[in-house]
Formats: sequence, C-alpha cells, structure tokens
Amino acid sequence: MSATSVDAPAEVDSVPVGAPTVPARVLAPGRSVRTVVAPIVFGVVFIGLWQLVVAGFHIDPYVVPAPSAILAELVDNLGSVTSGAAHTGLNALLGLVVGTVVAVVAAVLSSVLRILDLLAAPVVAALSVMPIVALAPVLYTLYGASVETARVLVAALAVLIPVYVNTLRGLRQTRPVHRDLMRAYAASSLQQQWALTLPTAAPYLFTGLRIASSLAVISALVAEYFGGPIGGLGKSITSAASSSDYPLAWAYVLGAIVLGLVFYCVALLAEVLATRHQPGART
Amino acid sequence: MTSSTEALRQAQGTEEVHDTAAVHVAGLDRVFTSKQGSVDALSGVDLDVAPGEFVSLIGPSGCGKSTLLRIVADLDAPTGGTLEVFGKSARQARLDQDYGIAFQQAGLLPWRTVARNIELPLALHKVGKTERKARVEELVELIGLTEFAGSYPDQLSGGMQQRVAIARALAERPRLLLMDEPFGALDEMTRERMQNELARICRETGAAVVFVTHSIPEAVFLSDRVVVMSPRPGRIVSVVPVRLPGTTRDDALREDTSFFAAVAAVREALHGTPPAGARGVENR
Amino acid sequence: MSSPLARRLRAYGLGLLGLVVLGVVWEVYKALGPAVGVEVGGRVVLPRTSDRAMPHLTDIAGRLVQPALGRSGDPLWQVVGHACLFSLRIAAIGWVVGVVVGMALALLMQRFRLAEAAVLPWVVLSQTVPLIAIAPLVRRWGSQIHLGSHAWDSQDSVAVIAAYLAFFPVAVGMLRGLKAPDATHLDLMRTYGSGWRTTLLRLRLPASVPYLIPALRLAAAAAVIGTVVAEVSIGLRGGIGRLVIEYAQAAGGDPAKPWAPIIGAVLVGLVAAGFVALIGLFLKPYRRSEVAA
Repeated sequence: MSATSVDAPAEVDSVPVGAPTVPARVLAPGRSVRTVVAPIVFGVVFIGLWQLVVAGFHIDPYVVPAPSAILAELVDNLGSVTSGAAHTGLNALLGLVVGTVVAVVAAVLSSVLRILDLLAAPVVAALSVMPIVALAPVLYTLYGASVETARVLVAALAVLIPVYVNTLRGLRQTRPVHRDLMRAYAASSLQQQWALTLPTAAPYLFTGLRIASSLAVISALVAEYFGGPIGGLGKSITSAASSSDYPLAWAYVLGAIVLGLVFYCVALLAEVLATRHQPGART
Repeated sequence: MTSSTEALRQAQGTEEVHDTAAVHVAGLDRVFTSKQGSVDALSGVDLDVAPGEFVSLIGPSGCGKSTLLRIVADLDAPTGGTLEVFGKSARQARLDQDYGIAFQQAGLLPWRTVARNIELPLALHKVGKTERKARVEELVELIGLTEFAGSYPDQLSGGMQQRVAIARALAERPRLLLMDEPFGALDEMTRERMQNELARICRETGAAVVFVTHSIPEAVFLSDRVVVMSPRPGRIVSVVPVRLPGTTRDDALREDTSFFAAVAAVREALHGTPPAGARGVENR
Repeated sequence: MSSPLARRLRAYGLGLLGLVVLGVVWEVYKALGPAVGVEVGGRVVLPRTSDRAMPHLTDIAGRLVQPALGRSGDPLWQVVGHACLFSLRIAAIGWVVGVVVGMALALLMQRFRLAEAAVLPWVVLSQTVPLIAIAPLVRRWGSQIHLGSHAWDSQDSVAVIAAYLAFFPVAVGMLRGLKAPDATHLDLMRTYGSGWRTTLLRLRLPASVPYLIPALRLAAAAAVIGTVVAEVSIGLRGGIGRLVIEYAQAAGGDPAKPWAPIIGAVLVGLVAAGFVALIGLFLKPYRRSEVAA
C-alpha cells in the first residue's frame, strides 16, 4: 500500500507508537499515598484512644469493652464467628442474587413497556421508604419460622429497590448519537437492546449493586432478630448479649462488619471494572 | 493500490451504469412546530447528487444543512416534497443499508475496542466471522491505526476516534456516504490531514458523498460541487462547481491559485454579494 | 392525552391499577396455592396459603377497624396511627440531627482533602455496623449523660440511631455536590479573589442543591428505618417498631394484626419522603440539573 498521508505511526497525532493516550484518571503518586495511609492512620489512632480510655478510666465491659478484649474473644471464638458469618452471608448472597435478577428483569421490562413502570411505581415507592425488616415477622408467618426463606426475602427486597432504580436509570441513558447510529443501521429492537441499551446500563447496574451489597448483609442479619431458625450472626449477638458476655457480642458484631465490608469491596471492584472505559453513575 | 481496493473498484465498475442519481431531492420541506411557533428548517430544496460525486453542504447555523442530511439518512422525515436515494425511498435505502454515516461526535461505543467498533455494522448485518475479521483488518490499515486496534475509545484522541468512525462508515462498502461535520471538533492541522485522507479514500472507493461543513476551504478541497444554503427559511442559495486541476487532492493543491479562486467564489455565494474590490488573489 | 394534568392522572390511575393487580395476585395465589407453600430444591419458595399464615386482604382491612386489644378499646387503626406519629416525631429529630452532622462532615471533607481521605472510608464503614447491635449500647451511654435538665431517655437513643443512618447519604451526597462545580467556575471565583468561604456560599452551595435533595430523600427514608429498627431493639413503647414485635408475637391467633403496623410504617416513610419533596419545591431554581443519588 502506498504510504498514507497520515504521518508514520511514530508521530500520529503526537502520540508515541504503542502507547495509547493515558486516561485522565491516573492518580498522581502523592495522591494515592494520602488516600491509603490517611484512613489507616485515622483508624489506628481511634482504636488506640479507645483502648486507652477504657483501660485508663476502668470502664465496665457492660458499657463498652476494650478493643483488646474484643480481639481476644474473636480469636478464641473464631470458628463460631466464621460459621455465623457464613450462615448470614449465605442468606445475604442468595438475597443479593435473587434481588438483582428480579430487579434487572423488571428494569428491562419497564424500560421497554412504560406502562409496567407506572404500574410498579407505588410498590417501588413504598418499598423504598419503609424499613424492609419490618416485613420480617409477616414473612416468617407466611413461610414458617423454621426456614431461612424469610431472611433471604428480606435481603432480596432490600436489594431489589436500589438495583431496579439504578438499572432503570441506566437503561434510559443511551446517547442520541448512538440511537441515531442504530437507526441508520436499521437495527432491530432486540439488536439495539443487546448492542447499545444493555451495555450502556451496565455501569449503573453495578453502582446499584454496590449500594445494595452491604444492605443485603445488614438486612439478612437484622431479620434474624425477628425470629427464625438458629444460626447466623444476629442470633449469636443476641445470645451473647443476653448472657452478658459483651466482648463476645462485639466480636460477633466485628464479624458482621467484616462480612459487610467483604460484600461491599467485591461489589466496588465489580463496579470499577465495569466503568473502566465508560462513564457510569458515579462521578 | 492494494488488491482489496482494486476489487472494490472492479465491483463498482461492473455494476450497470445507472442514470439513477445517488440522491434525488425535489421541493423538500421540513417544518418544525413547537410551543414557540413553527420553523421552516427546509423550504423547497432541490438537489441531485450523481453516483460517485462529492457534494458539500455549507451555510450559516440554521440553514438546514444537517436537517437535510438527516432526512436523506431517514433519521427524520420531510413535511413535503420528494426524496429518493438510489431510486428508492429513504426508508428503503436505510433498510437496504445503501449508505454509511459519520456524525460530528464520533459516536463510538465506549465499551468496544476500535476493531469491535468498526465491526459493529458488519456484526449487526450478520456478516460471517472470517469475512468480518478480514474487512476490519483492511479498514484499520486504511485509517492507519493498526497498533490501536485493541484500544478503547477513551484511550484515543479526537482525531483518532473520528478516523475510526469513518472506517466504520465504510465497513459495508456503501455507495453513499453521509457525513455531518465529522471534522468539526478537530484542530486545524488534524483537520487538513483528515481531509487528505478522506479525499484519498473517496477516490479509491468511488462512493457518492454528501458532506456537511462550516468550513469553506474544507468544502472546496473535498468537493466536486459546493451547495450553499441560507437560513429562515432553509434553502439552497446557489451551487458552486469546483474545478481544480488534476485529480489528486493533496497539500500542494491548497496552495494553488485555482483553489483560492474557488474559495472566493464560495465565499461570494455565502455572502450574497461580491466583496468590494475583489480581484482574486495576488500571485506570490 | 398529552397535557401534564392528563399525564399525571394517568400515572396515578395506573399506579392504583398496579396495587389492584397486586391484590388480585394475592387472592388468586391464596385460592390456588398449596396450604404448605411451594418448595424448590429443599427451600420454601412460595408462601403458605392457610388463613393462619396468609390472611385475606379483606381480613386485613377489616381488622383495622376492630379494637386493638381485647373486645373494646381504641380501634387498631387508631393505635397504629398514634404509634406512627410517635415514630415520625423521633424520625424527624433524627433526620435533622443526621442532616446537620452530614453537612458538617461534608464541609469538613471538602475543605481538607486530608480529612476526606482519612474520614470518608470510615463513614462508609459505619454503615456496615448492624444498628441493632449498637442501639442498646447507645442507650447505655445515654443513661450516663444529662443534657441540662433533660434526662436521657430511650427516645433520644432511638433518635441517635436514626441520625446515624441519616447522616451517611447526606455526607456523601453533599460532598459530591460541593465538589461538583466545573473547574472553569472555580477558576472564575479565584480570579475574583474569592476565598474558600465566599466560593462556598456563592458557588459550591448552590451547585450542591441538585445532589442534596435526593440525598435528603434518602436520609428521610433512612431515618424512618433507623427509628423502627432501634425501637425494636430497645423495646421503646409507643412506636411502630414495638407494635411490629408485639403483634408478631400474637400472630398465631390473630394473623391479620401484624400487617397493620407495616401499613403504618409505609405511611410514615411516605410522609417523610413527601416532606422532603416539599423542601425540594422551595429550592427549585437551584435544581435545574438534578442528579439522582
């Protein structure tokens, strides 16, 4: 092929060969140090002060236990904490999966048929303002208090709302130039969904998932307070508290925090990966 | 010329020579009605674009050039008049994929690589995998972005994105290219480079082109004819044929006196009156 | 039918229809479904349909007008209504405190990037702590505090929990809003010699309104949730949370009763959201580009 009048690759648009233009979001080194170190320092200082105050003022574990006592109990009861976390975590995960699947399907249907969106509006509005866990008792009655279903459903409902709302928003964010392109290609509606609408919505879905992830854990845990079979961190927290073993109760709380964090971090990672190359719902 | 462009040329040449214009517009009207009243975006527009001809639409904001392009692309419908693309209705031409289109915003899908973006129309129209791959490779080479075939749009500069958009528009070897200010967002140097590229590609593929632009030198450089439009109501004021020496459009041409004369002619048509004391450009 | 009024009526009408459809599905399932529910792969997937487990909608509605306790006394809807107002009041206090704290944190984090880096992750983490565990703790701490002549009581503890849940969306949303202005606008203020405070008042605060309103809405819902859950955990008499627990315990003989406080909780949430929508109306000129939270 004859040499093109575009400059040889080494000078194309002043960009060196092989190196794509660097995306503007690269962190400068100073910034990332601050982002990582500062919260750790803050946390360490906070826990240190806590320990000092409890030890120095001889505060009763009834009021608040020392971090060292909590850690000791955690280490002693690690097996029990992890099995409780696995139990609650499984309910939360099931709720997350069920809630997400239902929410995405509902959002796609609502984006295609406006009427469904309007029909569902009051239910969505009601669920988004009420404490979902208040449904736990009636769900235990509906499904029986010997099964986990009520807890999974509470988590699923808590997940459903943010994922539905965010995904529906994302499905409506297609850019006019892209829609023109699809029309110019005489793409069928199915093709347009697949090639344009769904990929546009993906980052919004993951943002909704991020919001929903820790909600799933909290909801599954709090649902345990309203009854249901033995097992799970919620049950362990109450039993430890009722036998006045406060450091142990706090150890279980710590387990719950870690569980929630794990869910949140995985969802956050998924969101970052999904919004790598396109703007999403986050700034 | 590569064997692929040879093949293209042959494919175009063996078609029966149609007298059917690529685009035939007669008495076209487009009125937009809103709460503020109605706007005559287009009024009584007549235009014929021959197969293989490069026609630019130029004029101030509101003259209807983009509206006209969108109507030809069947992205908008006229309120009156007739329109035929290769002898068919605009809708049929769209369904038959007789044209390729490039917008001012490159409009690349951000979650697809360069190669997958160019492949998009081919994939949508069920072109086989090996054929798709070969065609994409060909096109990526054509626009000079082979090393970036696996890059994402957010890793590319504006000029590079626009090149990908043009490659995408050429993917199905259309007989008609519709381009709405594709170089509008680029700086002048990149713009001239892209114009050279586009002129070369169009010469090689023999497609008809309807090109909307704001820039007089760009219109003159690229076109066989420049259609000058004016607003309120949107209409064609005059059509300026561009006669330049030779067939190659390259940087040398931009220095030629006939180029400046043509630019002056278009400018005259745009302003409606000849500039005072115009005598053409002094020889340097 | 394209006038705004007609469209709004249509939306409400369809919404109502949606609720009716839901009711129909309920009754149809109750009529057709098995009394022991439907199991799939060892897990119960669809609910039990006996009258004990799944009351008729008419039963639920009818129960509302019957006395709450025993054969005489205030009807159920009245008891629930009082509890709603009780909880709403606490939620409102919690919301106000949460909004103030959230805004203060947002201002702090915007002013000092170090503060943002150090504090924001912990703010996010704070929301993973199960409320129900900290509620008794808050009550214990509170009992040691005396604010002037007002002795700390359980209501204050509940309000603190409500504030704990409410501050998070406000802090995050307001921070986003304060950081929202274009670089060009910030440069402009700098060329005018404006310090941080002027830039805040003239540029950042107005720019943050579209982010603040959805955050306030979320905070209202969060305050209601926090109130109800804390009431359950602390056992505060007079609130909806307490009724949820009480009536759940009586559900064996009175299956329609537990639904009443649920309806109440929904109403409380809707009122709270509606109140925020009113605030949004007043701030309309700043909201031309609203951003969902």
